[in-house]
Amino acid sequence: MPAKILVVDDDAAIRRLLRNTLVRASYTVVEAADAKGALRQAAAEQPSAILLDLGLPDRDGLSIIPLLRSHSDAAILVVSAREAVDDKVAALDLGAEDFVTKPFDTDELLARLRVALRLHQMLGAPPRIVRRGDLTIDLDLRTVSRNEQEVHLTRKEHDVLEVLARHIGRIVTHEKLLSACWGGEEEPRVEYLRIVIRNLRQKLEAPALVGTVIANELGVGYRLRTES
Amino acid sequence: MPDTNPDPGAGRPDPDALLRSAAQEGRGRLKIFLGAAPGVGKTYEMLSEGAARRRDGVDVIVGVVETHGRTETEALTRGHEIVSRRDVPYEGRTLHEMDLDAILARAPRLVLVDELAHTNAPGSRHPKRYQDVEELLAAGIDVYSTINIQHVESLNDIVASFTRVRVRETVPDSVLERAEIEVVDIPPDELIERLRAGKVYLSEEATRALGHFFSRSNLSALRELALRRAAQAVDARMLDDVRALGLGGTWAGSDRIVVAINELPGAEALVRAAKRVADGLRGPWTALFVETPRAAHFTDVQHARVAAAMTLATQLGAAVATVPATSVVEGIQNFLADARATQLVIGKSRRSRWFELRHGSVVDWLIRATPGVAIHVMPVGGTGGREPRGIRPPARWGTPVGYVATGGLIAAITAGGIALQPAFDLGNLALLYLLPVMVGASLYGLRTGLFAGLTSSLAYNFFFLPPVGTLSISNPENVVSVIVLLGIAFATSQLTARVRAQADLATASARTNATLAGFLRQIASVNDPDVAAQMICDDVRRLLDVQVVLLGSPGGTELDVLAASDPGYRLDTMDNAAARWAFDNGVPTGMGSGTLAASGWLFQPLRAGDRVVAVLGVANEAGGQPVRADQQPLLSSLIDQSALVMERLRLQTEMRDVDVVRTRDRLRAALLSSVSHDLRTPLTAVIGAAGELDHGCTPELIGTIQAEAARLNRFVSNLLDMARVEAGAIKLAVEPIDLSDAVTSAAHDARRALEGHPIRLDVPPDLPLVRVDPQLLHHCLLNLLDNAGRYGDPGTEIVIEGSNRYGEVRLAVLDHGPGLPNGSEAEVFETFTRLEGSDRAIGGTGLGLAIVKAFAEAMGMTVEAENREDGAAFTLAFPSALIVREPAPERLT
Repeated sequence: MPAKILVVDDDAAIRRLLRNTLVRASYTVVEAADAKGALRQAAAEQPSAILLDLGLPDRDGLSIIPLLRSHSDAAILVVSAREAVDDKVAALDLGAEDFVTKPFDTDELLARLRVALRLHQMLGAPPRIVRRGDLTIDLDLRTVSRNEQEVHLTRKEHDVLEVLARHIGRIVTHEKLLSACWGGEEEPRVEYLRIVIRNLRQKLEAPALVGTVIANELGVGYRLRTES
Repeated sequence: MPDTNPDPGAGRPDPDALLRSAAQEGRGRLKIFLGAAPGVGKTYEMLSEGAARRRDGVDVIVGVVETHGRTETEALTRGHEIVSRRDVPYEGRTLHEMDLDAILARAPRLVLVDELAHTNAPGSRHPKRYQDVEELLAAGIDVYSTINIQHVESLNDIVASFTRVRVRETVPDSVLERAEIEVVDIPPDELIERLRAGKVYLSEEATRALGHFFSRSNLSALRELALRRAAQAVDARMLDDVRALGLGGTWAGSDRIVVAINELPGAEALVRAAKRVADGLRGPWTALFVETPRAAHFTDVQHARVAAAMTLATQLGAAVATVPATSVVEGIQNFLADARATQLVIGKSRRSRWFELRHGSVVDWLIRATPGVAIHVMPVGGTGGREPRGIRPPARWGTPVGYVATGGLIAAITAGGIALQPAFDLGNLALLYLLPVMVGASLYGLRTGLFAGLTSSLAYNFFFLPPVGTLSISNPENVVSVIVLLGIAFATSQLTARVRAQADLATASARTNATLAGFLRQIASVNDPDVAAQMICDDVRRLLDVQVVLLGSPGGTELDVLAASDPGYRLDTMDNAAARWAFDNGVPTGMGSGTLAASGWLFQPLRAGDRVVAVLGVANEAGGQPVRADQQPLLSSLIDQSALVMERLRLQTEMRDVDVVRTRDRLRAALLSSVSHDLRTPLTAVIGAAGELDHGCTPELIGTIQAEAARLNRFVSNLLDMARVEAGAIKLAVEPIDLSDAVTSAAHDARRALEGHPIRLDVPPDLPLVRVDPQLLHHCLLNLLDNAGRYGDPGTEIVIEGSNRYGEVRLAVLDHGPGLPNGSEAEVFETFTRLEGSDRAIGGTGLGLAIVKAFAEAMGMTVEAENREDGAAFTLAFPSALIVREPAPERLT
């Protein structure tokens, strides 16, 4: 049975575009044009994922994320023209899986949606071995290998990579990474993270641009890219 | 200097008179029904005339009328619209006061207001009803009102002198001077008749007090006063007209009257007397207070008396002046000369003959010192002796140290004299005794000097003058020595006291000037209105030791506190109302003023030109008058200067706003012209390609749509960025950034726009972290990459090169192409600069580089452009202040 997606946007043209895209990718689509409709549809239809615009006519989209969370188990993907870092972090903190900035590339949107759905279903049972390209990360054994060759990582590097791998494809905010990896220490600082990420990249990535493994979401956090 | 004009004889309109008549335009007219005594029928007359006006079709209402139950009068109020009174609870009773606001809201053409001299219930807007009337007049409403002659301020003393009844409720003469006056006159006999017939209402209390008030002689005198006062009012109005028209001639009196105010009880009577003199002579008059060193030791009561007299003088239409001088005579003399005054009114206290013998009479001194000035001497109350003395200058009695020092010196001289006696001539010894006398008198004042003189002469007499060991003098010559010692003590101390007094005065005046100068110097360099406001408050607080608030209306409507000297200040509703009143009407309000005096604060307007820019409130923490009379000149100067400063800052802000608006307009115009080009070009391509899709879908068409839409998107985000820059809305969210990370992200995002240009990153992995805003840096890099892609030759490589040299991290974006036109290296960052010759071939508004520069500078970075051998280089420089110290390695492993 195809997954059901709720599209919430006050603009009819965007809704039409998203419906076409999603139907083409064989999802079932329901729509809402405002916050009230979104809550009603989320409760009635129990979608697997919600594509949520933030600029809704009756309420701010951010404010209904917790309500949607309590109404349904859907993965929430924010699709908004807002670029402010604060909004992105707020959306993630409130429980959104991811966000996509308008204007978006439809292929990119579908890829993110797939990840969000997969992650969402996987909750509670994280993978023990994450494979990505020539990388293999064994979360149980705490080993990382590249092209079958074990890569030696420091403890912090391993901690960071592990958190990213558990959420592969998904943004992990700076705060989350810092508290997960430097939680015990007083005043964890972003610069630790920067250096560890830089070291990780040197060890794990080819010196090419395309296909970087660890993506930097500016001002928000990091994401371990899925293969696309 | 006080106003000592007008210039007599000149055919030029007197500006003051013109102003007065201009001020009348748009104001309501006041007509006063003036009676000699209660019961003459003022209210009746007023009501009849009001009724007549109503019959003429004028909109007349009754504001307040006391009919005292008289039937004829009551009958007349019928038919008039009467504004109901306002109930004011006061000490358990309810007082019924005229409802000023209701009348203002009703806005009739004419309002009848009885009893002009009435005192309002405490807590009313104005303490006096005539002030309510002033407000009605200011609102353009005509007013009819009534008053008895004994309530006229300047006649209060005279009436009291022969009726022995003093009324407290008085109306300033200036109110009458602006009014049309109608005397309601009945012969005294008739009034007495009416009184007997019970037609005159008097309260029980008044009946007792007025027992002999209504005697025939009293009533005749009162009637005469009323008639004279009315005639005077007519004269004054005519005079005003003549002056306003500049007819000149003999109208303007050539007499200038000065009244010298003193601190004794009766100073107010002196002012009223001067007013009568001035009126009689039709000359301008000035109330003068000579601030001698003695004034510094006045008691509060004395200060208050001077202040009250000065206030009264202002109310009666006088100019006021305070001049510092060492003595009253000197101050008056100089002022008379400066003001070319011809008449002096001065009070003479009933002092004892002994007092005058010691001090000399000021009046006698003045008569000698000011020939050509007529001097009016008025007896004023109080004998000098009984007046409680202020704190005396400690120097008067000298200090114990002085007595000990001079005593010791005398003892030393005496001992030395005894030891050397045979060798010493007695005359020389007497000379030696001069030493302690001079020292005592000059250093410690008169008393110490006299003490030294007396002790010296006694010692001299006892130890040296034959017969030695007694206080008798055998040789009459030696009596001279004693007298000389005492005389010298006296003369020396007088001389030094005078010099010291002058020095003190000069010091005080210099201190005031220095204070003002310091204040001005400090505040002249301030450019922030908030800082200036705080500085004004703090300085006034420091100089006058009062609580200070400064209120203004930066928004244009609400009156807000701009700054306060103490954060714990409190303004209740009364205080706020007073402040608002001062701001709206440009007059002082609150404690010690005539308006809303129930407020604990004194609010003074800061005026610049004809507008009030702010209101300064001062309050005494201990309660009581906030400002002493001798501090008022300093406060006035501070207020004047503060007003100028605030006005300057306001104009500056206005200018800056105008500048910003102008720049913005210029940008907006340029933007519109280029936006239309840069938005329409890709749109045309998208619309055209989409139309072509009907005829068949080709990868080429889809590519065009995607590329052009991406271009549009890039352009729109640049527009948004520019709008943020222009609105000054760049908010920095600074965090430590790994530049290799930043560059990788930027290159990743730009890869589609740079189709055909391979990107090479040459950023050493060990560059230190820098503290910048990641988003802004990202936009800078995207724009630089975009620019490189646009101006580089097709297919050439774009290089991002990082370096760390001399404590500065640099990031350069290099392209391979024609480079920049020579000399345009700085220009390229200007908004809408598009390089010559390249504009037709390559799209772009030139917004990109302007954004790079604005963002870089906002983050504390610099950006520069230069030509290399085979292309252009754009370099972002991160100064050492932005570089983050490397974290401790143990945090990273």
